[in-house]
Amino acid sequence: MANPLALYSHYVSISLRSQMQYRVSFLLGTLGQLFSTGVEFIGILALFDRFGSLNQWSLAEVAFFYGIVNVAFAVTDMLSRGFDHVGQLVRTGEFDRMLLRPRSTVLQLIGQEFTLKRLGRFLQGGAVLLWAAIYLDIDWSPSVVALTVITIGCGACFFLGLFINIGTVSFWTTETLELMNVLTYGGIEASKYPLAIYRAWFRRFFTMVIPMGCVTYFPVLAILGRSDPLGTSLAFQYLAPLFGLFYFILSLFIWRLGLRHYRSTGS
Amino acid sequence: MPHILVDNIVKTFRIAQRRPGLWGALHGVVRREYRAIRALDRVSFELDPGELVGYIGPNGAGKSTTVKVLSGILVPDSGRCEIDGRIPWRNRIANAANIGVVFGQRTQLWWDLPVIESFDLLRDIYRIGSGDYERARDELAALMDLEPLYDVPVRQLSLGQRMRCDLAAALLHAPSVLFLDEPTIGLDAVSKLAVRDFIKRLNRERGVTVVLTTHDMDDIEALCDRVMVIGHGKILSDSTLDDLRARVTRERRLIIDLLDEGQAIEDPDVTFISRSGNRVHLQFDPDRVPTAALISRITAKYAIKDLFVENPPIEEIISRLYDEHELR
Repeated sequence: MANPLALYSHYVSISLRSQMQYRVSFLLGTLGQLFSTGVEFIGILALFDRFGSLNQWSLAEVAFFYGIVNVAFAVTDMLSRGFDHVGQLVRTGEFDRMLLRPRSTVLQLIGQEFTLKRLGRFLQGGAVLLWAAIYLDIDWSPSVVALTVITIGCGACFFLGLFINIGTVSFWTTETLELMNVLTYGGIEASKYPLAIYRAWFRRFFTMVIPMGCVTYFPVLAILGRSDPLGTSLAFQYLAPLFGLFYFILSLFIWRLGLRHYRSTGS
Repeated sequence: MPHILVDNIVKTFRIAQRRPGLWGALHGVVRREYRAIRALDRVSFELDPGELVGYIGPNGAGKSTTVKVLSGILVPDSGRCEIDGRIPWRNRIANAANIGVVFGQRTQLWWDLPVIESFDLLRDIYRIGSGDYERARDELAALMDLEPLYDVPVRQLSLGQRMRCDLAAALLHAPSVLFLDEPTIGLDAVSKLAVRDFIKRLNRERGVTVVLTTHDMDDIEALCDRVMVIGHGKILSDSTLDDLRARVTRERRLIIDLLDEGQAIEDPDVTFISRSGNRVHLQFDPDRVPTAALISRITAKYAIKDLFVENPPIEEIISRLYDEHELR
């Protein structure tokens, strides 16, 4: 009998099978992702080749940030397609069908599509992360290993929360969500670099308002064994990824508000 | 206790008013004006277990809003509603496990997957035990001859095949209520009959309560003892089909096949409707002239090959009811 996890794996297997019906499209999609994210990283390499370092951050350190964020984002990207489509699902009535089923809408939306071609981003981010981890002199104690895994997991939760926010907004407006995209994709791009390189107002926005910085920047400092130019303590750096989890839970609450609005207006 | 109770449900929608042109669009961004539309205006009815009721009305009358409230998708402004003692919008998940919904225009099956895989996924979504699932699936498959379709991707099914599969999909979890929204739309004659026959059996043999929304009056005539008509958010009529007919019009049709094509029938109690070849359609009121008396008078006067008396078609009854309430 199906608990949420069993149902989710059923959704995934179905999603994989229908993507495999269009095998060429899947292969091209994966290669395309690998290629475009690869080019992006070549951009970073070119910058470092010209300038040597970025505010005392070495190429390998920036690569480690970049790898962690890309791996976490790729995980989210595989899960979150459904939330991108909420507006469309509402328009076509598909969303009503989800409400007709005795399951939570969030679970059904996460299960709606497991986007395998995002594997391209995952592989690229993983490769960069691996290279940086080997290149850098990291002390791989059990607590650091655990922190790395937790950072990736909480990062993925945080990004998922952002996508749930996008889905929630489309209960109110079906207009294009460019502003939201600036916040999410822009924020994700920004978090690929150490937070310390940015100006204070920008840092504050991405720590206090949208805690993008918390989920990657602070824990990665602890992993790299670097002291924070911003002066945070080691304990805080270990706890910071949990903000990602909190943000995810918060976005679930906001989702419920959106759902309540939808069910009272039906539009 | 009734199976489904609907008591004074009111639901109002706010529709954003758009002004025409670019200026209008900009104006809409700054200050939106809304117009309230009362989709359901104190709707009340009760259904007993095992009833099969037709729910009809023109587009926009409130049919689908009613179904959305009953299935827990929409929360009404006020009023009471219970299915098996549950308030649908408060207990959406428990209610959803107890009802089945079929939309004729949309499938709930997964487009790219073989039919059987959609069924298997629904088993997990509805938490159906594997024994119950296999029993329900095999029974439905036997009733509607689904087994040959199991391995066909849904996108390759004909409309009739798809509808049979959709009906089965909505019933795998053995719901006690089934909402059908235009289940015969676009189907060929044979598929229509098969679908009707299945709905009838489901209702008679298993006692599933069925609410049937349709524009096809043949569906109503073939299936429903009771008909509710909704218009402008209000229930205009709730009765048996015969009572509805009697209330709207007492008229009967008299159809006569004449021996000679050139003849015209004249009688003070009948009105001429139409003629094609030697067949003449007439109309009369059985309250003014007894049917038997009229027939014997006409057969005495004219050379007649054949003749029969009919009720006016249901479409006409409904269309008159709509006219009475200015629904067009």
